[in-house]
Amino acid sequence: MKLSGLEPLVLNENSNFINVGERTNVAGSRKFLRLIKEEQFDEALDIARHQVDGGAQIIDINMDDGLIDGKEAMVRFLNLIAAEPDICRVPIMIDSSKWDIIEAGLQVVQGKCVVNSISLKEGEEKFIWEATQIKRYGAAVIVMAFDEVGQADNYERRIEIAQRSYDILVNKVGFPSEDIIFDLNIFPVATGMEEHRKNAIDFIEATRWVRENLENVSVSGGVSNVSFSFRGNNIVREAMHSVFLYYAIQAGMNMGIVNPAMLEVYDDIPKDLLEHIEDVILDRRDDATERLLEFAETVKGTKVEKALDLSWREMPLQDRITHALVKGIDAFILEDIEQARQEAEKPIDVIEGHLMIGMNVVGDLFGAGKMFLPQVVKSARVMKKAVAYLNPFIEAEKSDKSEPVGKILMATVKGDVHDIGKNIVSVVLACNNYEIVDLGVMVPPEKIIETAISERVDAIGLSGLITPSLDEMVYLAKEMQRQNFEVPLLIGGATTSKAHTAVKIDTQYDNAVVHVNDASRAVTVVGDLLNKKTAHEYVAKLKKDYDEFRSKFLKRGKEKSYISIREARQRKYSIDWETSEIVKPKELGVQMLKQLSLKELEPFIDWSPFFRSWDLHGKFPDILNDDVVGEQATQLYEDAKAMVQDIIAKQLLKPKGIFGLFEANSINDDDILVQKKGKEVAVFRTLRQQLKKREGVPNHALADFIAPKDSGKTDYIGAFCVAIFGAQELAESYKEKHDDYNAIMTQAIADRFAEAFAEYLHKQVRVKHWGYAANEDLSNDDLIKESYKGIRPAPGYPACPDHLEKETIWELLDIEKIIGVKLTESLAMWPAAAVSGYYFANPEAKYFGLGKITDDQLTDYANRKGIDKDQARKWLHANIADE
Amino acid sequence: MSNIHKALKERILVLDGAMGTMLQAYKFTEDDFRGERFKDYPIPLQGNNDLLSITQPEAIKAIHGKYFAAGADIVETNTFSGTTIAMADYQMEDLVYELNYESAKIAKEVAHEFTAKEPHKPRFVGGSIGPTNRTASMSPDVNDPGYRAVTFDELRIAYKQQVEALVDGGVDLLLVETVFDTLNAKAALFAIEQVKEERNIDIPIMLSGTITDASGRTLSGQTAEAFLISVSHIPLLSIGFNCALGANLLQPHLEAIANKTDFAISAHPNAGLPNAFGEYDESPEEMGEQIEEYLKKNLINIIGGCCGTSPDHIRVIAEIAAKYKPRKIAVEAEL
Repeated sequence: MKLSGLEPLVLNENSNFINVGERTNVAGSRKFLRLIKEEQFDEALDIARHQVDGGAQIIDINMDDGLIDGKEAMVRFLNLIAAEPDICRVPIMIDSSKWDIIEAGLQVVQGKCVVNSISLKEGEEKFIWEATQIKRYGAAVIVMAFDEVGQADNYERRIEIAQRSYDILVNKVGFPSEDIIFDLNIFPVATGMEEHRKNAIDFIEATRWVRENLENVSVSGGVSNVSFSFRGNNIVREAMHSVFLYYAIQAGMNMGIVNPAMLEVYDDIPKDLLEHIEDVILDRRDDATERLLEFAETVKGTKVEKALDLSWREMPLQDRITHALVKGIDAFILEDIEQARQEAEKPIDVIEGHLMIGMNVVGDLFGAGKMFLPQVVKSARVMKKAVAYLNPFIEAEKSDKSEPVGKILMATVKGDVHDIGKNIVSVVLACNNYEIVDLGVMVPPEKIIETAISERVDAIGLSGLITPSLDEMVYLAKEMQRQNFEVPLLIGGATTSKAHTAVKIDTQYDNAVVHVNDASRAVTVVGDLLNKKTAHEYVAKLKKDYDEFRSKFLKRGKEKSYISIREARQRKYSIDWETSEIVKPKELGVQMLKQLSLKELEPFIDWSPFFRSWDLHGKFPDILNDDVVGEQATQLYEDAKAMVQDIIAKQLLKPKGIFGLFEANSINDDDILVQKKGKEVAVFRTLRQQLKKREGVPNHALADFIAPKDSGKTDYIGAFCVAIFGAQELAESYKEKHDDYNAIMTQAIADRFAEAFAEYLHKQVRVKHWGYAANEDLSNDDLIKESYKGIRPAPGYPACPDHLEKETIWELLDIEKIIGVKLTESLAMWPAAAVSGYYFANPEAKYFGLGKITDDQLTDYANRKGIDKDQARKWLHANIADE
Repeated sequence: MSNIHKALKERILVLDGAMGTMLQAYKFTEDDFRGERFKDYPIPLQGNNDLLSITQPEAIKAIHGKYFAAGADIVETNTFSGTTIAMADYQMEDLVYELNYESAKIAKEVAHEFTAKEPHKPRFVGGSIGPTNRTASMSPDVNDPGYRAVTFDELRIAYKQQVEALVDGGVDLLLVETVFDTLNAKAALFAIEQVKEERNIDIPIMLSGTITDASGRTLSGQTAEAFLISVSHIPLLSIGFNCALGANLLQPHLEAIANKTDFAISAHPNAGLPNAFGEYDESPEEMGEQIEEYLKKNLINIIGGCCGTSPDHIRVIAEIAAKYKPRKIAVEAEL
């Protein structure tokens, strides 16, 4: 038998038992019935998903209940399932006793389903008609051992009805025999009734007969029935299921409805219990039932519920609020706050009293290194909830709002979209009673200036991740100077550095400029800057510190010496193109991936950078057991895993990718000519190291890894872009609920998925689309260590720091049009969780850092690219020596 | 055994190439599309290629003739959008029967001419049945994943009407093609079975799915094998893939189904992937080279072209196909 959801399910002689999930059945699950009645379809979908995740290979869906419109519920639920690739990858079993519900179900499922069920109960004519329709819809069918006389309840009746049903289906309807599944009725044993003694063994023997005599068919059944008389004693029931299946499967039962949670491992059943149960199932003794009943009393399960420790709820009110803030528990905060509000004179007192006392504890613990960033952000979530609750009361009383200690403007600069770090610093500052004016991402300088004036902020914090953002920061510092600003300027973000701040920004602005790259320092720095008593002295000290740092840095910079670009080219990395292995890609041209499941990307996630984004430093997975941050890291990791599962299950994020593989040759030393069928489609410009190196050490450029035109060989290059869509929207939805913790978590996870996607796609390209490493077998660890063959350098990163090259890639692959990833004016990618780059396949290709270049290469590069030199300088200034 | 079954055993059959690409060369204006009969029609008709079977039948005939002359065994009727659902865009639901009937007749006429000239190589007409512009198992509304713009029954009724007209017009087989949602295809197959039963006829069915991109799945998310399983309940003449990908990218998907079915295998790929201007620019020789790979691997029974292919492509393909034996249509059935 072959069935299908989005993926095939093929049963043959070698297949294992097929497990049918049965929790999505209103007759079998009270919870599912309630959810359907209340039209809580999202939660109902979760049940289906849970079944599939738990290993169900088919899911049975039944909506037969007097109080629901079964047809409508079936169609609606199946339509919703069709939109969930993680569920509908498995085949559907449409389960109803009503034909109109079955037919409605068959009309909305694209895969090959199973109909559960039809029978001869109402005569041959109806049976034939239904079977004919099912065949035309393309489904397999379960046939119940039931006829006009009644349900088969012994061996003879079972085989009689099976034989007759089979003959009609195969000979009269032309139904494919492999699509017939018999349900031979599993009935309870050990009921105390004499006639039930052989219920199990008759089923097992009838199964054996059917599988031996009716070619190609399958046998199924609902296993839990067999242990019905032991309801309440799960130990016995689980063992009975296991024993029953052990014998039934040997006899040929090849699929069935089994709750995996209600199944003991056959070999783990204690010997005495096993013997008693086998006596009953196989009807081996006259007193089998009595003996099992007696024995069952001795093995009644005692399952201990693990209770949550709620003893802290007994503590006094302030302690409870502090506890909730420190532990980040928001479950009871509103009831505690309400109590505090009633006790307080004014609602504002709750903020300035209870909550600030609690947040001070958080601040102290954080300052002392006893709490970590993720916890603080969780604390902030509780705080925000509490404040949001109190605000209407405060408004109503028109009392003064709490006076913040300072107002800080935060912004990610123009052209840049990265804001995880900025958000974290905002949250931490907000926790310390600063008012934050967050202008978001891609904020033009005029808007920052304008808002700073109108809001009378006390400090400005700028963030950026990509190198062009550094120029924006310099520009802003100049503007602040020009407009006679006096407020301190805080600089942060992955690409910023104390060196850049000291050399480029500090010199533009007479007032305080501070580089703050971790959230925990932000509080003390801002505190010192805004403290009226000490600020003057602190700023003077800062200025002096940066001045010294600058002169030291500039001196150090001059010690290095460079060679001319001409000389550097003579010292290029040379590959012997006569012997070097060039593999022609299996699939030249551009391809996209829009239907990938996040689930496929999950194994490729590198978690170490995730912890870094939360200021927890260490290598994954060791970090989970770290003496200092281990506990927090573990907690954070669990929250992250839960969110990853949620995102996958609900498809909250959407991966899209595109890549292209092309013919290529290096030309004029440093350029790469990209061709399609001999026609130029793009030229990549690469930059060459100019640092003077010792003899024999080459000066690299990426072009060295592609065969030159004059070698006469056709070589190849790839380009790609992958992105995760939807993170911004999802983070916003958390922010609306005052949940910065999950908002930041969303962004951090989206970033991880984007990197994982890049890793996944690179692997697919290596082993499949290009195929130069078809036999590669690397673990995820190996991937993180980059032990694969070939490289995927990204414009804007050390080997090729020029962001402008992204434009070439965008044009070549038509990225914005096809998958919708845009480039900002600073050439940051939007959505922010995105990776783009080149593919080089040569085994000798390796990552390197360009380092500094000198004026001659800058001039040459500008000429080659056809841009003016000032523009080239602007984009490459971080890599230009003696500036 | 019908003629086509016999031909299929003897040789690799060649299907025609793109109709749309050929029609573009005529640069038909709005007036040409309207012809005399629809000159006062209230809405623009340019782009309704199926309508040209009525307003520009000579052009359609000429194109069929070019493909037959290039070596095609089967041409497809000009009816890719010939359902009430697709024709609703032009408010021409009422014209569906006539469109299909006339298209079938035109194609049959040309086929007869060629068969008469070359009796050793009988020519066939496949009634083209497109996917319509709606999907039965996907929601067009991202905010309401349970919503459907069309039901199985609406599709079934629309397809039934198209099938009846095509059969009346004399097609030799039906080609349900460019299947991006398997449920749409199942509705078409259901309709065809109904027509077969009501008229007590048998007519061969070719079914051709579309793998959308490098994820290797149909638009509705199925893998190639899941797609095969979902439509194998109807005795098909052939199953295969067309459109969306060029010949080289289609190969792994053909391999995925070729050893899992005893239906014949068909492929009519695009002339490569579209370039930056949305044009298909794989030359006949390039495409032929790729297709020869299939034939060397003995994957194919019916081969042709989709978007961007021309009579020149089909000529090269036919020449190559003549050099190879068709795939043997017998597999060890998995139980």
